[in-house]
Amino acid sequence: MSNFWSWYIIVLTVVFLVLITWLLFATRKGQKPDQTTQTMGHAYDGIEEYDNPLPRWWFMLFVATLVFTVIYLILYPGMGKFPGVLGWTQVNQYEREVERAEARFEPIYAKYRDMSIADVARDEEARRIGQRLFATNCSVCHGSDARGAFGFPDLTDNDWLWGGEPEQILTTLRQGRQATMAAWLPVIGEDGVRATAAYVRSLSGLETEGADLERGKQIFATNCVACHGPEGKGNHLLGAPNLTDDVWLYGSSTMQVEHTIRAGRNGNMPSQAHLGDDKLHMLAAYVYSLSLEDK
Amino acid sequence: MKRHELVEKNIGLMIVLIVVAISFGGLTQIVPLFFQDETTQPVEGLRPYTAVELEGRDIYIREGCVSCHSQMIRPFRSETERYGHYSVAGESVWEHPFLWGSKRTGPDLARVGERYSDDWHRAHLINPRDVVPESKMPAYPWLQENVLDGKYTARKMEVMRKLGVPYTDEDIAGAREAVRGVSEMDALIAYLQHLGTVISDRR
Repeated sequence: MSNFWSWYIIVLTVVFLVLITWLLFATRKGQKPDQTTQTMGHAYDGIEEYDNPLPRWWFMLFVATLVFTVIYLILYPGMGKFPGVLGWTQVNQYEREVERAEARFEPIYAKYRDMSIADVARDEEARRIGQRLFATNCSVCHGSDARGAFGFPDLTDNDWLWGGEPEQILTTLRQGRQATMAAWLPVIGEDGVRATAAYVRSLSGLETEGADLERGKQIFATNCVACHGPEGKGNHLLGAPNLTDDVWLYGSSTMQVEHTIRAGRNGNMPSQAHLGDDKLHMLAAYVYSLSLEDK
Repeated sequence: MKRHELVEKNIGLMIVLIVVAISFGGLTQIVPLFFQDETTQPVEGLRPYTAVELEGRDIYIREGCVSCHSQMIRPFRSETERYGHYSVAGESVWEHPFLWGSKRTGPDLARVGERYSDDWHRAHLINPRDVVPESKMPAYPWLQENVLDGKYTARKMEVMRKLGVPYTDEDIAGAREAVRGVSEMDALIAYLQHLGTVISDRR
């Protein structure tokens, strides 16, 4: 703030304070201190007005606000650049609040910091903490029960796109994941899409009556094995799903599988690195615990 | 007191004096803000909305998102834990009108950018309950079908430039082309994905 604006604020504030103080006392002058029966001398529709001063308690309330103003402007910022003797600012109040919270939660995180994710996952209290963090940060996509939704993986089964080992989960959380399945329509044509979809469905034993499975198998062997593997079992390094189980992120109906092949899929998990290592540690353990059977 | 009676009986004079009394507040609290760097200078790295984002913002306004979603993270830990770094004035210097809002039926969106995937936004806007079963947000399926023609985009950007947003001539010349054929859904998502991403330690 420049000096000009600082003084501008100070002068206006002081002038206004002086003016209202003057107004308060000036309007009181010449009034009789005690109750009077004398009227103001005017009558409207027969209604007259006594010439009484403002009640004393009311007048004192005004005086109190003026005193409050002066004390406030000494303690807190208000007079231009003058920061107030308490040194209060919006930001340092916020920072104190954060410090207090960190001091309170630090010992809790410290307890788990040196434990392995697998051990934390088996700790009852840690899972409760993780569940809260999950509800705040993850449930919007993966659901409050972590069972996911169309396009958002179920975290409670034991099927993983990017790997379900503790370190893999932590990496997913910290760095995020970007899956890229190309759109295959330009390469294999509409007939190819249909045949491949049927073949992919057949891998997990779904109904494929009347489809050209042989053609689908060929196309799969030429185009799909690079990511999904020769047996269609997927690849955690690429986030390529296993096509032989009955877990379908984007649906298993003929129409849905065809659409996936035709237009491609680009599943995206945003990085959660902003949460900080302590919280990621707890979250990774919580997610890991969801599919643990011996927790 | 005689002079007091003068004011009471002369409504014109009373109006003038009331205006004088009230304007002291505005003069000391509001006017200086027009001349402070904190409130007039953009934060480092702030860029104007692209043509598509600007159209997305207009859809945000048209659909009344501001009635249920604020874009103002207050400096309280409870807010910064959930939404990210508190909002600062320098982020809003090119907002005309600002969409800070004052009502949170849904969550604050000041830093929703890059928080969820585009697919999530699409699914959520078509039917919020598909991804958040507890949600009471209305569905906006028509956004997917409506396509922008960019007819007024350049003019909107010219108006923004008059208001102080530093759009270049090239920005404005290419606006129509950039917007034409984009669905309202994609424009709105582009806008949402940019929200609040300027401050780097954003959460």
